[in-house]
Amino acid sequence: MTIQWKDYEAQPFFDELVHPSGRARTAARLLCRHLSSLSDADLTEHRSAAELAIRLMGITFTVYNEEEGSIDRNWPFDIIPRVIGKKEWDGIEAGLKQRVSALNLFIDDIYHDQRIVDDGVFPREILDSSSNFREQCRFVSPPLGIWAHICGSDLVRDSDGSIYVLEDNLRVPSGVSYMLENRLVMKRIFPELFDDAAILPVDDYPSQLFDTLASISPRPADYPEVVVLTPGIYNSAYFEHAYLAQQMGAELVEGRDLVVGDDDCVYMRTIEGLARVDVIYRRIDDLFLDPTVFNSDSVLGVPGLLRAWQRGTVAMANAPGAGVADDKVVYTFVPDMIRYYLDEDPILPNVPTFLCMDDQQREHVLANLGKMVVKPANESGGYGMLIGPKSTRKQRERFARLIAKNPRNYIAQPALDLSTVPTLVDDHVEARHVDLRPFILSGQEIHTTTGGLTRVALRKGSLVVNSSQGGGSKDTWIIDTEGN
Amino acid sequence: MLSRVAESLYWMARFIERAENSARLINVNANLLLDLPRGISPGWEPLTVLTGSDDLFASRYEEYSERNVVRFLLGDLNNPSSVLVCLSQARENARTVRDILPREVWEQINDLYLFAKDELSKGLSKRNRYDYLKSIILHAQQITGLLAGTMNHDCGYDFVRIGRNLERADMTTRIVDVRSASLLPDQPELTPFENIQWMSVLHSLSAYQMYRRHMQVRVRRTDVLTFLLQNTQFPRAFLHCLDAVENCLHNLPRSDAPLRVVASDKRFVKEARVAALQQSALHEFIDELQLGLGNLHTQIANTYFLADLSTAAESQRSSA
Repeated sequence: MTIQWKDYEAQPFFDELVHPSGRARTAARLLCRHLSSLSDADLTEHRSAAELAIRLMGITFTVYNEEEGSIDRNWPFDIIPRVIGKKEWDGIEAGLKQRVSALNLFIDDIYHDQRIVDDGVFPREILDSSSNFREQCRFVSPPLGIWAHICGSDLVRDSDGSIYVLEDNLRVPSGVSYMLENRLVMKRIFPELFDDAAILPVDDYPSQLFDTLASISPRPADYPEVVVLTPGIYNSAYFEHAYLAQQMGAELVEGRDLVVGDDDCVYMRTIEGLARVDVIYRRIDDLFLDPTVFNSDSVLGVPGLLRAWQRGTVAMANAPGAGVADDKVVYTFVPDMIRYYLDEDPILPNVPTFLCMDDQQREHVLANLGKMVVKPANESGGYGMLIGPKSTRKQRERFARLIAKNPRNYIAQPALDLSTVPTLVDDHVEARHVDLRPFILSGQEIHTTTGGLTRVALRKGSLVVNSSQGGGSKDTWIIDTEGN
Repeated sequence: MLSRVAESLYWMARFIERAENSARLINVNANLLLDLPRGISPGWEPLTVLTGSDDLFASRYEEYSERNVVRFLLGDLNNPSSVLVCLSQARENARTVRDILPREVWEQINDLYLFAKDELSKGLSKRNRYDYLKSIILHAQQITGLLAGTMNHDCGYDFVRIGRNLERADMTTRIVDVRSASLLPDQPELTPFENIQWMSVLHSLSAYQMYRRHMQVRVRRTDVLTFLLQNTQFPRAFLHCLDAVENCLHNLPRSDAPLRVVASDKRFVKEARVAALQQSALHEFIDELQLGLGNLHTQIANTYFLADLSTAAESQRSSA
């Protein structure tokens, strides 16, 4: 049985490819036609070709396991891509750039004069209780005034068809390597579609990333020595660290490879001797960067690294302390930041968010827990959340207690009806929920990825897209229909 | 190239070589014991001496039985030079440099470790031991071949070869030392057995055929010693290993200091009149050789693996 779009059921959700009438959306027309021309055997063949490609290309993510140490799992991938028309994407891209510009202005302000607080736009008590605010970063001026060079913002589409920003990841956002690899896999298995449809390329990212990093080098005259700092092979994103280093032609280093000299410069230990490092793309959390300042028992970091950064002999992306804006409470103020710093109206809306620290809003949240998604302010990876509509009474009671105990640490959002994309399940397609994580690079210029990483909740009805929790991914196609 | 990466490649190669050598040793010893009369058989004890782990063995086992020694050398996780521990170390080192290694190499190393671990019971049983050890040796050789055939012959590969050759040279000296020490008292009626023992020395190094081709004489102590220590063509001969290390060092930056050590090690072995060395003199001579290898390792580690701040100013100047 080939794919019968008229039998495909996404309602009541918004489907990214298929209109409620059962016809393909404009940007997805060629794709849907192609898919329904495939026989069952073709589909199975394509799927195994994708699995084989993933195995051969060694696309993995790491799961730590007591018994065997770390295990590389093959990356779960669905061969039906998610499609966005270029016109819609252009609007999203403008919104993302606007957002990241405001976020960078906000972080720089917070670590300098704190005008936004004095002007009463951003409450001081939130700043005072922020666990990601770093006193050590006060009055440091990183190159170009940019703190969040790499931002991964999570976008979702609700059933009404509009796109919302769910969160901005400003610490060490990951996933971009999968976006790049997904595209390579798709080119292998659907070459004919890439001939016919105007699918915009994504493979510029590593060179843009390198340019962004190079643009903040403290020694602009020389060819900059850029390194990727990884916590090591047991980190779940190690594949990505190695991948990006390789793609950029940068050294992949661990903390023990680096040393800070008496001149406060950072050096890496090489067989040629010590070599000066200019820019560190760090994939280690703030608190592990420098044992002399933060976690003193951290063996991942480099003693003296923060001092070197403060003195400006080395640049770090993202800058330490950038996470102050990566807090789900701070998130609610991003639209206000856009108005305050840029004097513009936000292009992309936030998901309506209730702050549990506010008495009235908390009352509302507690009264409606069954309809809400409750999130801790500073977790990532989908941990520690309550998904109201899918929760048991016991879980709701537990969260009510957690919120009462530490209201600053929780926010709640109405459970969104995430949009869906047809996904291959055994021998037919079913609707599965997706989100989208584009990556925004800020250096001398701002670049966004073309599309981003589409994550899909592979379990029926599930809204959790994290790979650590049963999520997979899809290729994301930005299609230029005007050109056709 | 990062010092850490160079060091991991070096140790990866050393551990694979060590595992392979241990497997050879066990095989050859088992073979030798079948040929020697009970009364003069040295048994299994020399193997623990040879791997430098006699004290550890004595603290963990009662007697030098075949069963105990083989278990100790193959699968004892408390013995840092057991085959299984070496392979696990090789794997951990390889894992951290996976992005430098050709994928097949990593897979083979992983495979070899899993094989050695999962099939250990075969290695411990008398009947299946030969096949088990042979698989390990072939697997290790395959990794060496894969590296030669698929890895860029750049600095990284030089560190692999340096590690492998130092380990080989080390093992060759150990085998010569222990085997000649445990050799038989000087009694004419035992001569046929002495030859068997010297043949076993050659066999442990897979050197028997090459010895015959090259020396074209029957197996004699003096010729065996000359061949194993001073030959430049046999890949497990001490001098050949040093030549290989020297070649690699020529490709590396800042190699003056380690090259000086190799040169002096080479001179020492070349100038020695090996054939004339009697038992105790031979033992002292070999001690010197091992010391030389130790110095070479230290010099290489100091130069390449332990870049520290004292060299910062130096490298600054050189890049300025």
